[in-house]
Amino acid sequence: MTEYHLLRHRSIPGIDNLEVYLANGGFEAFRKAITTMQPVDVLNEVKNSGLRGRGGAGFPTGVKWGFLPTNLMPHYVVANADESEPGTFKDREIMESNPFQFLEGLMIASYAVLANLSYVYLRGEFWGIARWLDEKIADLEKAGLLGENILGTGYSLHLHTHLGAGAYICGEETALLESLEGKLGQPRLRPPFPAVYGLFGKPTVINNVETLTNVPLIIRNGTSWFRQFGTDKSPGIKIFSLSGRVKNPGNYELPLGTTFRELIYTHGGGIIDDGQIKAIMPAGASSTLIKADDAALDTPMDYESVAAIGSQLGSASVIVLDETVNMTDMVNETVHFFKHESCGKCTPCREGTYWMAQITHRLAHGGGLPEDIELLGSVARQIQNKCLCALGEFSIMAVLSALQLFPEDFSGKVSPIVEQEVQS
Amino acid sequence: MMPPKLVTLTIDSQVITVPEGMLVVDAARKAGVDIPVFCYHPKMEPVGMCRMCLVEVGRPVMDRTTGQPVLEPDGTPRLGFGPKLETACTTPVSEGMVIITSSPKVKSAQRDVLEFLLTSHPLDCPVCDKGGECPLQNLTMRFGPGESRFEYSDKKHLAKHVPLGELIYLDRERCIQCARCTRFAHEVVDDPVIGFYQRGRSLEIQTHSTPGFDSIFSGNTTDICPVGALTTVDFHFGARPWEMKYAASICNHCPVGCNLTINVRREARSGGKNVIKRIMPRQNEQVNETWICDKGRMVYQYTESPHRLVMPLVRKNGELVETDWEDALKLAAEKLHNPLVLAGGRLSNEDLFNLARLASEQQGRAILYSAMAGGDLVRQVGVGTGTNLKDMGRGDAILVVASDLHQEAPLWWLRVKQAAQRGATLIVLGGRETRLETYATYVIRHPYGSAAETLAKFLPGSDLSSQDCSISCEMVSAFANAANAMIFFGSDGLDYAGSEAVARVAADLLVKTGHAGRTNNGLVPVWQHGNTQGAWELGFQPSADLAADLKNAASVLIAAADPAGDDPRLAEALDSAGFVVVQELFLTETARRADVVFPAEAFTEREGTYTSGKRRVQRFYPATPPIPGVRPDFTITAQLGRKMGVDLEGRAAALVLQRIAETIPAFAGITYARLAEVVPQDPMVGRSKLYYGGTGYDNQQGLGVQLAPAAETGAEVVIPAPGVRAARSDETLRVVGINRLYDHGVLMMHSTLLHQRLAPNAVWMHPDLAARFGLQEGQVITVDVDGRLLERVVHLDDGMPQAVALAVR
Repeated sequence: MTEYHLLRHRSIPGIDNLEVYLANGGFEAFRKAITTMQPVDVLNEVKNSGLRGRGGAGFPTGVKWGFLPTNLMPHYVVANADESEPGTFKDREIMESNPFQFLEGLMIASYAVLANLSYVYLRGEFWGIARWLDEKIADLEKAGLLGENILGTGYSLHLHTHLGAGAYICGEETALLESLEGKLGQPRLRPPFPAVYGLFGKPTVINNVETLTNVPLIIRNGTSWFRQFGTDKSPGIKIFSLSGRVKNPGNYELPLGTTFRELIYTHGGGIIDDGQIKAIMPAGASSTLIKADDAALDTPMDYESVAAIGSQLGSASVIVLDETVNMTDMVNETVHFFKHESCGKCTPCREGTYWMAQITHRLAHGGGLPEDIELLGSVARQIQNKCLCALGEFSIMAVLSALQLFPEDFSGKVSPIVEQEVQS
Repeated sequence: MMPPKLVTLTIDSQVITVPEGMLVVDAARKAGVDIPVFCYHPKMEPVGMCRMCLVEVGRPVMDRTTGQPVLEPDGTPRLGFGPKLETACTTPVSEGMVIITSSPKVKSAQRDVLEFLLTSHPLDCPVCDKGGECPLQNLTMRFGPGESRFEYSDKKHLAKHVPLGELIYLDRERCIQCARCTRFAHEVVDDPVIGFYQRGRSLEIQTHSTPGFDSIFSGNTTDICPVGALTTVDFHFGARPWEMKYAASICNHCPVGCNLTINVRREARSGGKNVIKRIMPRQNEQVNETWICDKGRMVYQYTESPHRLVMPLVRKNGELVETDWEDALKLAAEKLHNPLVLAGGRLSNEDLFNLARLASEQQGRAILYSAMAGGDLVRQVGVGTGTNLKDMGRGDAILVVASDLHQEAPLWWLRVKQAAQRGATLIVLGGRETRLETYATYVIRHPYGSAAETLAKFLPGSDLSSQDCSISCEMVSAFANAANAMIFFGSDGLDYAGSEAVARVAADLLVKTGHAGRTNNGLVPVWQHGNTQGAWELGFQPSADLAADLKNAASVLIAAADPAGDDPRLAEALDSAGFVVVQELFLTETARRADVVFPAEAFTEREGTYTSGKRRVQRFYPATPPIPGVRPDFTITAQLGRKMGVDLEGRAAALVLQRIAETIPAFAGITYARLAEVVPQDPMVGRSKLYYGGTGYDNQQGLGVQLAPAAETGAEVVIPAPGVRAARSDETLRVVGINRLYDHGVLMMHSTLLHQRLAPNAVWMHPDLAARFGLQEGQVITVDVDGRLLERVVHLDDGMPQAVALAVR
């Protein structure tokens, strides 16, 4: 891609400065929305564009906005900047380098759902970015683009940033809301869903940073422009966070539907030391592993195609593993991550991730026995379909797929059974 | 009220019909199917955390175009089962739903969840208090795996004896993170003093109040904890559940009349004595539901004190010496003429009846040892039969005047608060801030001394226009127009005359607004003892000037009261009295001044009945045999009576109640058998013992009977006018009495566990007020509180009212 639409700072230096952003079409979409369009028209435009949530679930954004009941006010929009999935680092780049496009998207979304107060919830470790965004929000207030009666339209909007305290689970939307309300960051029961019972019990939209960054493009350039990229069911452009055993890790802005091969080899420069690719984790630590054969590499990276080969695109945090990686070690890493991040509310995830971590630790560091491999799979299946939220469910994806696709990695690591002397 | 919409569903092939909105787990219980749970508790919002109640849920598949259920070839609705099991505790029933609770898939899930819970749960059963009444044990036996595949050396080791305050121990290894305790503390009793810290497997309960777990309801968490993680220091390592016998009893600390279960064990190490090991709540949904406060739970040790009187005493040559019953009774009978009979509010109905009869037959006087008026009015306009605070909500009104319910009647505080949370209009009138005000719709602060006048503004036709009037038309009509209304009146800052005025205005207000003589309407007194209402019912009334009465009395019979110990002026008066006979548990200051002392049984050693503040007569049963030598109060009085020519029943409490039923109209038809009747209660807490592993809650011994007030039976209701009271001068420091739950009463002092939480012996005053009288922080002064002289330490607090000082009674 020669022209950047999301990572615009890569073609326009200084776009994190309001003047530069304004000089490059900045806030034209917001102006258009609040001065010439009804909120429901903005909503329908986004719905028709087919934009899907970029945070991992891929839920159609406009449809989500449409769930908010109009007879229950106030409404809130919360931007999910908790970005904690291992292998995901796209939202960070947007907020650090193209903050105004993100904020503009948040502002247009707020208008579309009749919200007058919206939040950006950032992971606790992003306190620098939060301060940075506070400055940008202050710039917008000074410029009259935020506050009361914006541009004389009668529409008022205030934005606040809010920091988490270092928990991956607070990227789960209902745990995020709990944390935002000052409570323990544990997911809520669903139903009711945030669209009806969200922040402070009011209808709330929660969108990923990248999702919102797409909104000004759609409003400014229209649905057909947006749909020129990507596929019919997964339209638009996506930022792919490429990491792992590639020569050029980093964020790549590409249309949905680009193949793994193109991402990894054309853009990523291929495997380090020109090694042999082994597996792909397209959704960060929560992925179901893909064995990197030709069919896999030629799979387009869109929600449907990746699901069709038994995995998930998720937030497109593509971690590439080569022959130097033993899956036992990789699984140990992911399981430890989930054990550390489990909120502890439900029994299977709380006890199960802890138990899996003990087993994978033994398997990875020697001391594991052949029955541990069987046990690991059994415990993982025991956790499956019982958890209160997706964290527990996703904690087992890499485990089960690694055990299934690369059993030799595991059996190669366990101690051979020692023949015991039988006393005669 | 509109009848609830009904839903028909199938649970394990049983078709049942239940109200819409019911949870699957409760519907199943109604159908006789006990779905295992840990985190679910019927009195709290479900959270779906433990995942133990996972079941298969099938719903009829609906045709999107027609909106009709899709049918199978045989005509039955097609069912769509979700890909995952769902938690029964968070799923409301819906029409046509099919629930499967025991398929292989569900059984496997139940086994899996238990295996998870047991991975780091310690094998403490042999030494764990909960063993034998433990839901985790029970459910593991029924649904769990026989062995664990968890590597023992991976077991997480955590602190095992963490004090959450000095009353509760937490064992972090046993905790299964079900959150019942934190949800109870936050949601049910509004004491958010415990909570979860950390996350994942490291989730642990901590307390951050000083003192730790600062809640008067803390003991309830040890009942609802499904494992042995929370235990009370009182019962810790006390006994095994199967060793204990269970006795039904009634608490007599306050007028709520909470139903108790007393657990007793006969033990070798106590010399073969039957020892009370613990007290737990007994379910009575119309009184205390499944809760009790910590005072009721932990203040019973006085019954087993070695200082209990065990022999009658008579005064010989100025000294009290032990004697036998015959001699003591003979002497007392000889010397008691026209006795002034003074009785305390902890006696049972039977004791009080005999004492009152003795007084009246002997042309004496029956005086209630209480400085609070209004019991006669409660007889007339007390709450109607069938009253249940649980049924009050939107459209109803509750008015609380001159009472700090949280300290004086904790379970009423809890249930009134819950009624307010359901939408009832709560109006609180008080001279100082009290906890209930957080939930009040209207808070009316008035200077001490003007409670009756302020309440009177609610009467129809009052003039609300004055500048100082803190009451609005809105408030007055909210009360007057409520579908049902109750008034709770107390003695906060009131002397006898003050409480009389308030009671009269309250009764008048109820009558004039049509809120008397019906269910969930009426006057509720917040007495200072458990059976004060019973005393009023049976003919006792307080005296306007007890000191004068005592001084001039030729003979006095005192039971369950310690005037000499409470007030030096009364001690002096008693010294001047003639012949004094005392029925007591301990050698109190009053007993020391007596001429004859009879050792009485404690309520734990006998049968009897109490009448609660809501006029519910409830029966208590003996928990332990009486200590040798003592007799129940009603027997002592009857034996005295026999020697004095008065025919009184003394053989059995049930027979005394028979006489009461024949003599006192309100008690007509009340028998011990009727008091022992039970009906199934909702929620069902017995059977599979899911919500509490033991039998504590199970109430098979009686729910009690509510007496009908005169207003309900159609008898004439007479409310005297409040009367004019003399204005108080500003010259002397005015100190008003307030009540605290953990006071310095005689009975409390034996419960050393609670000593750190006793109300300080202080008189609190605003710094300005102190300055006016030249008083300083820490100074010890003697104050007159409602006619009693008390020694108190001065504490300055600028949250205090400006005009009066407050002292704990």
